[in-house]
Amino acid sequence: MTSKQTLIVIGNGMVGHKFIELMVSKQATDQYNLITFCEESRVAYDRVNLSGYFSGKTAADLSLVEPGFYQDNNVQIYIGDKVTAIRPSEKIVVSAQGKEIAYDKLVLATGSYPFVPPITGKDAPGTFVYRTIDDLEAMEAYAQNCKTGVVVGGGLLGLECANALKNMGLDTHVVEFAPRLMPVQIDDLGGNVLKSKIEELGVQVHVSKNTTEIVSADGKITKMTFADGTELATDMIVFSAGIRPRDELARGCGLAIGDRGGIVVNDYCQTSDPDIYAIGECALYNQRIYGLVAPGYQMAEVAADQLTQSADSCFTGADMSTKLKLLGVDVASFGDNFGRTEGAKEIAVNDSVKGIYKKLVLNADGTRLLGGILVGDAADYGTLLQFTQNDIALPPHPEDLLLPPREGQPAGMGVDSFPDTAQICSCNNVTKGDLITAIHEQELTDIGSIKKCTAAGTGCGGCVPLVTTIMKSEMKKMGLTVKNHLCEHFAYSRQELYHLVRFHKIKTFSDLLKQFGTGLGCEVCKPAVTSMLAATWNDHILDQPHAGLQDTNDRFLANIQKDGTYSVIPRVPGGEITPDKLIVLGEVAKEFGLYTKITGAQRVDLFGARLEQLPDIWRRLIDAGFESGHAYGKALRTVKSCVGSTWCRYGVQDSVGFAIELELRYRGLRSPHKLKSAVSGCTRECAEAQGKDFGIIATENGWNVYVCGNGGMKPQHGVLLASDIDKETVIKYLDRFLIFYIRTADKLERTATWFTKLEGGINYLQDVIIHDSLGICDELEAQMAHLVDTYQCEWKAAIENPEKLQLFRSFVNSNAVDNNLAYVEERNQKRPATVEEKKVLSAIAQ
Amino acid sequence: MVQAVSTPQQTAVQDWVDVCALADIFPNTGVCALVQDKQVAIYRVQIDDQDQVYALDNFDPFSQANVLSRGILGDRQGVLKVASPIYKQNFSLETGQCLDNDEVSVPTYAIQVVEGRVQVSIA
Repeated sequence: MTSKQTLIVIGNGMVGHKFIELMVSKQATDQYNLITFCEESRVAYDRVNLSGYFSGKTAADLSLVEPGFYQDNNVQIYIGDKVTAIRPSEKIVVSAQGKEIAYDKLVLATGSYPFVPPITGKDAPGTFVYRTIDDLEAMEAYAQNCKTGVVVGGGLLGLECANALKNMGLDTHVVEFAPRLMPVQIDDLGGNVLKSKIEELGVQVHVSKNTTEIVSADGKITKMTFADGTELATDMIVFSAGIRPRDELARGCGLAIGDRGGIVVNDYCQTSDPDIYAIGECALYNQRIYGLVAPGYQMAEVAADQLTQSADSCFTGADMSTKLKLLGVDVASFGDNFGRTEGAKEIAVNDSVKGIYKKLVLNADGTRLLGGILVGDAADYGTLLQFTQNDIALPPHPEDLLLPPREGQPAGMGVDSFPDTAQICSCNNVTKGDLITAIHEQELTDIGSIKKCTAAGTGCGGCVPLVTTIMKSEMKKMGLTVKNHLCEHFAYSRQELYHLVRFHKIKTFSDLLKQFGTGLGCEVCKPAVTSMLAATWNDHILDQPHAGLQDTNDRFLANIQKDGTYSVIPRVPGGEITPDKLIVLGEVAKEFGLYTKITGAQRVDLFGARLEQLPDIWRRLIDAGFESGHAYGKALRTVKSCVGSTWCRYGVQDSVGFAIELELRYRGLRSPHKLKSAVSGCTRECAEAQGKDFGIIATENGWNVYVCGNGGMKPQHGVLLASDIDKETVIKYLDRFLIFYIRTADKLERTATWFTKLEGGINYLQDVIIHDSLGICDELEAQMAHLVDTYQCEWKAAIENPEKLQLFRSFVNSNAVDNNLAYVEERNQKRPATVEEKKVLSAIAQ
Repeated sequence: MVQAVSTPQQTAVQDWVDVCALADIFPNTGVCALVQDKQVAIYRVQIDDQDQVYALDNFDPFSQANVLSRGILGDRQGVLKVASPIYKQNFSLETGQCLDNDEVSVPTYAIQVVEGRVQVSIA
C-alpha cells in the first residue's frame, strides 16, 4: 500500500469548498489526506446571496456545507485559523496559530478582498466593506443608530449591498464613479432604465461621482464630499467598489503574480510552482480575474481533475454571462454584450413606460446571437443564452425574441429545440442531457429532487426557471403531471379547491369529497377544507357537518397542551383591559385552579382547563363581557398596540383605538394560517408592527401599512404596502390584502412565506391591492364585508346550544375526571407533573 | 343502518358494557368512555350512511396523555385511522398499529352496536 499524499486547500469560500466536494466525489480521499484552512469563523457559505441575510435568511440558511460533511469524509478543517506563510522549498505551510504542516500538493482558494478607494477618511468609524457575514453583522449593529446609508460602488455587488441597507430600513444612496450603474454588464440605455427603476424603489442613485473625502464629527460620519463640489449627508458608508485578489501568500513565497495582482495560472490552474494550484478569484488566467462564482467552480473542477488524474480537462476562460435580481429588478447580460465583434448588429427595445430594456447583439448576417443585455425583464435569459452558447440558428424574425408572441404563434423557440449538450446550469456545469437522464432514470418530479440529484440550480439559481421548464416538458413526455396536491384525498392544490368551493357553492367537506375527492379524508385535508369553508361561508365551526373535521383546538375552541388539558385565551382587543375585567380573569383562574401567564400578544392565557370545565369557564367570562380570542384557530389572533398618542409623549396617532377597531373588524377571520397584527403610534415602533402579518405605523400624516412580516421561527421584516394613508384607506387595503391572501395561499402558509413565493414581489402586490390590476378588489371587499357582518363569538354560540355542549365531556358515560392528570407546584402556581414526578405522586397516594 | 365491527381476537364469552347511544357520537368523530376504570376511545365512522364503530385505548404512547378519542379520523391508502391531536402520529382503527412507527401500537377493544346502543368489552 502506498502512503497517502497530503493536499492542503487554503481558503474555505465557495470555490474552496466546491473543490473539496469535487475531490470527495472523485474518492480522492483514498489518495490524499485532505486538509483545509478556513480563516473565518464559519465554514463556506453562499456569498452570492449574502443580502438574503437581511431578508430573513440566517447564517445557517446561507451555509453551503452539509452538517458533518468534513468529519464524515475525513477532511481535516481548521476553522478560524489562517495560513500566514508558504515555504515551497520545504513544502510547508505555517498558520497563524503556529501549525506547520507539510504538503505534497497545495491549492490556493484565497479569494479576494473588497477594494477601498484611497479617500480621506476611508477608515473612519461607520465605514464598512461588504464581503463576509461578519461584515454584515457589523453593519447591522452600527445601522441601529443610523438613518441614512451610502454604498460606494454601483456594480453588481454594490446594488446587492444597497438592497441590504434598504432592508435594514435605512434611507439608501448609491454612489457610482462611472456615468452609469453596472458599467461592466450593461450599456448607457440599460443603465438609465435600471437607475429609474431603482429610484422608484426609494434608493437614490448618484452617478459620475468621484468621492474625495469622508467627513466625521464627534467620531461619527456626517457627510461625504465629491470632486464636483457637491456633498451628501450620511451616517454610514459601505464600500463595494470592486475586488482585488488575495495574493499575499503567493507573493510571499515567490509565485508569479500579474502586474495588477492575481496569481498567474495556466490552463490546468497550476501556478508557477507545479505543485501549487490557484482557483477562484485569487487566480489570474490570461490576464484576467474572474469575479463570478461559475468560473471559480470551473477552475475547481479542472484542478480536481488534474489532481486526481480523472480527466484531462482544462480551463480556457469563462463566460461572464450573468442574471441577477437587484433590488427586485431583473438584470442580465451575456456573451458579447457591448457588440465588440466586428460587424455585429443590434436589435433593441427600450420601453421606458414599463421600465424594460432589452438588447440583442447579432452577427453580421443576423443569423446568430452573440450576446445581449436585459433590464427589467430577464425571463428570456436562459433561452437567449442557449442560442449564444450553443450557436443555435436564430428564427427568421429575431426581433420576436424580444417581444410578446405574435398572435397564433408560439413564442421564440422552446427548450425542446436545445441540443442535449446545451449547458443549462453554468455554475455546476449541468447540461440539458444530464437533466433529462436524471429526470427519466430517477423519476424526478419536483425541482427540489432535481437540485439534490444534479446540483443544477444550486449555485446562483438563475437557471431554475429553465430547469423547471425542462422538467415539466420531460414529465409531459413521460405522461406525468406536475403535482401540488393537497393530500392523497384531493388531486387539487389548495387554491384550486378554494375556487371549486366558491364556484360550486360547496358548503360541507363531505360534498367536496364526494364531488372532487376520494377516500375519507385525513388530518391534512379536513382542517384545510374547513378553513376554506369558514373563510367563504362563515358558518359556526361546531355545526354538525364541520364538527369532526377540526383539529382538536378548533373542535373544542381551546388550545390543547401536552397533558391533554386546554388553555383559554379570551380576546383583549389591542391589549387594553379594564381593572374589573382583569379581576374577573384572576377570579376565574383561582376558581378553576388555572395556571396564568401573559402571552406575547398582550393577552392572558389560562392553562390546565379540563374539557368538561371549558363551558363553565366561558360562561363566567362571557358574563363579564369577554369573548373568544380565537387563539385556537388558524385565524386572526390579536392586534397588538403601543399606548399611542393618548398617553405617550412621543405618539402621533391613537394606536390603541385603531388596533381595537382593526381587531374587532377582523376577529374570527379564518385563514390558511394564523394572522398576527400590530399598530404602533409612532416611528419608534414599540408594537413591533413590522414583524407581523399586517402592521400599521403612525406617521405625522396618517398611517404606513406593512405586510407579510413574521416573527417566530423565521423572522422576516414586513414590506411597505402603502404610506401616509388615512384610516379608511388602511381598512380598504387590508380587506383586499387579507382576502387575496386567503384565496391564494397554500395550506398552513404564513403571509411571509406566501409573499416570498409571490412572483413580482411588492410591486405586484401593490398593483393588485392598490391599483386593482386584476379587477377583483370589489369582490375582495364584498367577501370581507360578508365575513365581518356574519361574525359570531364561537363560545357564546356554543354555550347557548345544548347539542354543541355535548362535546365538552371527558367521558361520554361518566362525570369522572381523567386520573392521569397530575400537577406539582412551581413559583406558586401549578404545572403538569413529569413522568418521574407522577410515579412519586402515585406511590405516595398508595 | 348499523354494521357491528369487532376485533379478530373476540372470544365467545364477552363481558359487554353498555356505554352510550350511537346517536351520542357525531358521525366521523370519537368520544371517550370510562369502562371499568379504563379509558376507551370510541369512534363512529360513517361511509355512505353506513356506520362502523371502533375502539382503541385512549392513551397516546407518544404524548403520554389520554387524548386519542379527540383525534381527526380519516384514511391512509384505504386504512381507517386516527391522528393523535398532540403530535399527529396516526393509528389504525382496526389494529391499533401506529402507521408512522412500526414499533408502536395501542390496544384495541371489542365493540358492537346493539339496538342503537354502543357496547364495549375490555375483557
